[in-house]
Amino acid sequence: MADFLNSLVGAVDPYMMQILVNVGVAIVLALGLNVIVGLTGQLSLGHAAFMSIGAFTSAMVTIKTGLPFSLNLVVTGVVTAIVAAAIGFPILRLTGDYLAICTLGFAEIVKVFFLNFEPTNKALGLTVPPAKTLIPMPIYVWVVAILSIVLVTFVQSSRFGRALKAIREDEIAAEAMGINTARYKIQAFALGSFLAGVGGGLYAHFLSYINPSDFGFLKSVDILAMVVLGGLGSVPGTVIGSSVLASAPEFLRFMSQYRMLVYGALLVFLMVFRPNGLLGGVNFTELLLRAVGKKRK
Amino acid sequence: MFLQQLVNGVALGSVYALIALGYTMVYGIITLINFAHGEIFMVGAFIGLLLVSFFKVNVFVAIVGAMIFCMIMGVLIELIAYRPLRKSSRLSALISAIGVSIFLSSLALMVFGADAKGFPEGAFPVQQIQVGSADISTLQLLIIGVSAVLMLGLEFIVQKTKIGKAMRATSEDYNTAALMGINVNRVISFTFALGSALAAAGGVLVGVLFNAVSFNMGLMAGLKAFAAAVLGGIGSIPGAMLGGLLLGVSEVFGVAIGYSSYRDAIAFTILVLVLLVKPTGLLGQKITKKV
Repeated sequence: MADFLNSLVGAVDPYMMQILVNVGVAIVLALGLNVIVGLTGQLSLGHAAFMSIGAFTSAMVTIKTGLPFSLNLVVTGVVTAIVAAAIGFPILRLTGDYLAICTLGFAEIVKVFFLNFEPTNKALGLTVPPAKTLIPMPIYVWVVAILSIVLVTFVQSSRFGRALKAIREDEIAAEAMGINTARYKIQAFALGSFLAGVGGGLYAHFLSYINPSDFGFLKSVDILAMVVLGGLGSVPGTVIGSSVLASAPEFLRFMSQYRMLVYGALLVFLMVFRPNGLLGGVNFTELLLRAVGKKRK
Repeated sequence: MFLQQLVNGVALGSVYALIALGYTMVYGIITLINFAHGEIFMVGAFIGLLLVSFFKVNVFVAIVGAMIFCMIMGVLIELIAYRPLRKSSRLSALISAIGVSIFLSSLALMVFGADAKGFPEGAFPVQQIQVGSADISTLQLLIIGVSAVLMLGLEFIVQKTKIGKAMRATSEDYNTAALMGINVNRVISFTFALGSALAAAGGVLVGVLFNAVSFNMGLMAGLKAFAAAVLGGIGSIPGAMLGGLLLGVSEVFGVAIGYSSYRDAIAFTILVLVLLVKPTGLLGQKITKKV
């Protein structure tokens, strides 16, 4: 089985494989942020902080205990979610931009903390031993990515997800309808951070080297751009947004030195012409019904 | 020792305050966090450097030159990247601002290279003045002086001139101001011009102070200045000044008592703590939620 999967991975060009894995990890991370920003409407600029907590936790778990990788990821996700809930408890009372700024400040503090944290080699970064699993990493990443797509899709249409959307649309009205907004916001924050932690764990084990500086403000922004580009609150949108933006730097590599320049201009351009994201406001069931010739009232 | 650190802190803090003013004015008017502001600061520093090292001009002329250049740049950025998005969600405008910031910093990386550039020897004659137990350099006095003059100038423009009145009206209520015959677009352009000019002046001053100008200096300075704006209460001009000074002083004292490796975390820790206790910042007004 393992040999078969390995040969499957070997059949793909390693460079393409690298891009595919980047996309897979980005999907997990962006879906997590989509739960917080897209579904619940709580702007967070600190997603990379939870990713780094996940990455370092996962790496330390592998180094210290050698748990099987699947178990490791679960532990990592739970640890990240607990940290997120602990932080969310005080800061989620803030709304809008103040919350955004607070998460940004928190992310910087986490970065500086890891830069000075002895057990993870401070600013030198940590070399991560290979993951304890028979399944090759690229396939593992994509299995997790697909699982998270399924998870977030279910969450979105569940009672929980509808409560989150109500909070996004109007917090005061939601409160008046008997939704415990504080509790739901913390739960959504924890769920989104769970995915961020898992994504961080995958990232750490795929790259096998992590450095606190990799999880700075720009990383958070990258993930946020994926969510907004695809269309807030839309799972297919988030998947497309993360695929586009995670692979864009690679496709722009032919103009190597202009790469980031074009990337920045591209972001502005896309926002100016498609302010709600590529798939913002697109309803897939509606499209499907229209395609088969039925109109829904 | 105490006085020495206090002067160091005030010098650093007045630069933070200069940058923070741009954030706070733009936010006050169109409630946009202008993430490209830190990059304008960086461009200002580079223009100042170019003027001093290639055209051999005085530091003061360089400051004015950088201010004018960045003024035009700020207005252009608003025109291209923010104006088309004024009616759409604030998040898209935020992403657009981030796009501009990535664009500008990679442009600077390409044009000027990755290493930090220094001002030429003797760009500004530095002398030490002994005041009590403290050594105060003329450079620090220059920074504090220029910042004070610029802030007073800003206060004059906002409080006493006609366009300043229009700015205050627009920040109070955008739609009503437009109905009252204020050319809102012009006011917004003017706000961007003012904010960018202050950031550019701050850029040149920081460049001279640390004698290093690099393509990535905008991000951290921008974030900290932004923290300063929020700390003082975003949208409030005196708040931005107070926040900048507080952050600068606390950062310098934090480093002085031995937390130098936590330097960047000090500002943000204070920010998070203040927001938790008083979510609108020190001098911010309470925003009532409409139902």
